[in-house]
Amino acid sequence: MGQEHLSWNVTGTNGLAARQEHQGIDMAQQHLLREIAGLNGMPDGAFNIRANGATAQRQSSAHVKIVGKTDVQGIDIYVEPGTKDEVVYIPVVMSQSGIQELVYNDFHIGAGADVTIIAGCGIDNCGHEDSQHDGIHTFYLDKGAHVKYVEKHYGCGAGDGGRIMNPQTVVEIGEDGYMEMESVQIKGIDSTNRVTKATLQKNAIFVVTERLMTHGQQNAISEFEVMLAGENSGAHVVSRAVAREQSTQQFISRIYGEAPCNGHTECDAIIMDDAKISAIPEIKANCPDASLVHEAAIGKIAGEQIIKLMTLGLTAAEAEEQIIEGFLK
Amino acid sequence: MLELKKIAFSADGKTILHDVDLVVPDGELMAITGPNGGGKSTLARIIAGIEKPDSGQILWNGQDITQLSITDRARLGLGYAFQQPVRFKGISVFELLKLAAGGDLTIAQACDYLSQVGLCAREYVDRMADGSLSGGELKRIEIATILARKVKLAVFDEPEAGIDLWSFQNLIQVFEDLQKKQQESIVIISHQERLLKIADRIVVIEGGRVAAQGDAQKILPDLLQQKPCCKAGRGC
Repeated sequence: MGQEHLSWNVTGTNGLAARQEHQGIDMAQQHLLREIAGLNGMPDGAFNIRANGATAQRQSSAHVKIVGKTDVQGIDIYVEPGTKDEVVYIPVVMSQSGIQELVYNDFHIGAGADVTIIAGCGIDNCGHEDSQHDGIHTFYLDKGAHVKYVEKHYGCGAGDGGRIMNPQTVVEIGEDGYMEMESVQIKGIDSTNRVTKATLQKNAIFVVTERLMTHGQQNAISEFEVMLAGENSGAHVVSRAVAREQSTQQFISRIYGEAPCNGHTECDAIIMDDAKISAIPEIKANCPDASLVHEAAIGKIAGEQIIKLMTLGLTAAEAEEQIIEGFLK
Repeated sequence: MLELKKIAFSADGKTILHDVDLVVPDGELMAITGPNGGGKSTLARIIAGIEKPDSGQILWNGQDITQLSITDRARLGLGYAFQQPVRFKGISVFELLKLAAGGDLTIAQACDYLSQVGLCAREYVDRMADGSLSGGELKRIEIATILARKVKLAVFDEPEAGIDLWSFQNLIQVFEDLQKKQQESIVIISHQERLLKIADRIVVIEGGRVAAQGDAQKILPDLLQQKPCCKAGRGC
C-alpha cells in the first residue's frame, strides 16, 4: 500500500468533538474503512469507529449523541427530533486475527429527523484464527423519522483463518416513518448469517436493497422478516445475488400483512460454476386488504448478453464481469 | 472488403445455407432481403462470428477470419446489431454506449448518438438498458451502439423491426448519413421497401442461396412485383 495522506487522529472540523477514546488507525484498518465506508479520514459530524474489538475514535455532534454502553459491548446513538441531513458513520474494522465480538448498537431516531447512517464491517485476516463480528443493530424510528442505512461488508487478507460476520438488524418504524436499507457484501466474507426483522406502523415504509456475491467455499444466509402491522404500511425487499465457484447462498424473505398494506419481495440471482442458491419467499396476509407479492428468479447469465458485449469487443470473461458488476450495482 | 466464399451452414439436420458466395466492397450499402427462413439472419450471425460455418471461408480485407472469435472480429472493426436486442439489468444506456465506444465516451457524444436514432437523449442516457424499455426503444439503442463503435463494416439485422412510423424516417436518415460518409460498409437485412431503396446493391437470399443480386434500381422493381409470393415464403 502506498503512502497515505489521511487525517486520522485529529479532531473533527466542526469543533463539536466529544471524543471519548483515542487509538491509532493502522494502515490495514484505513484500507478497510475506505472499502466499507468510503472514508479517507475522520469524517465531520458524529461517528464511532470500532477497531479490533474496542472503540478507536468517537465523536458526537450537536444533534447526534453517541454513548457507549456499560453492560454490553456497543453504543447508543441518539438523533434529536428534527435533525436534518446529518451523516453518521459507525464502521467496524478488524485487522487482528482471532478477534471474536458481539456488539449491540441501538439507534434512537427522533420524530421528524432525516439522517443517513453509514455502517459496515471490514475484516483483514492474515492469520490462522477465525475473526468474527456479530453486530445487533436495533433501530427505533419515531413518528415521521427518515433513515437511510448503508451497510457494507468486506473481507481481505491472505490468512486461512475465517472471516465471519453475522449481522442482525431489528427495525421498528413508527407512524409515517421511512427507512431505506442498503446492504452490500461483495467480497471476502467466508460465512455470513444475516437476519433483518422489521415492524411497521401506520403509513411506515421500509425499502431494502441487498447485493450479495459469494465465491470460493463461502456460505451466506440472508433472512428477512417484515411485519406490516399498520394501516397503509409498505415494504419493498429486493435482493440481487451472484454465487460463484463452490459457494452457497440461501435467501429467505417473509412478509406478513396484518393490515391494509403493500408488500413486495424479490430475489434475483445469477448462479455460476458449481454454486448453489436457494430462494424461499413467504408472504402471509392476515387482512383482506393486504396486497403482497413475491418474485424469485435464479439463472445463469444469458448467453445473448455475453455475445452482445463480445460484439462490442469485450472478451467473454470481460463481458461476464461487466454483466455481474452491472447486476450488483 | 468482406468476402464470403462457399459458406455452408446447417442446424438440426437442416441445411440453412448452401455454398453462399458474397462480396461486400468498401463503402457500399448492401441490402439483403428475401423470404423469412431463407438464411439471411444466419448469414449475418456467421459474419459476426456468432455462428461458425460448416465449410467455406470468410475474408476481411484479405485476412481469413473464419476461425476468429466474435471479440476478435469486433476488434477488427466488424459490427453487428441484433434483430432482438439484449436487455441488461444494471447496465445503463450510457454505459452500454460507452462499452461500445471502447470505454471513451462523453455524455454529449452519447446524446448525439441517441438523438440520431430518434431518442430524446436527456431522457434516455441514464436509463437502464433493461426490461423497462420497450422493444422499439431498445432497438434504437442497439443501432446507437453501432454508431458509437465507429466500425468498418456494420451488419444490421432487420433494423426496422419494432420501430414506429415516426422514428423510421430517423432510421433512414442514419443509414443515408453513413452511406454519404462512405467510411464504412453497411449490410442491412430488411424487408422494408424504403430501406431497400437507399441501398447501392440488393442481394436476395432464398432457400439458403443467393437467388439474385445487383444494383438496387435494377433489382427492386422485380422484387416489388414478386413481393406477395416472397412474403409467403413459397418462392415465386
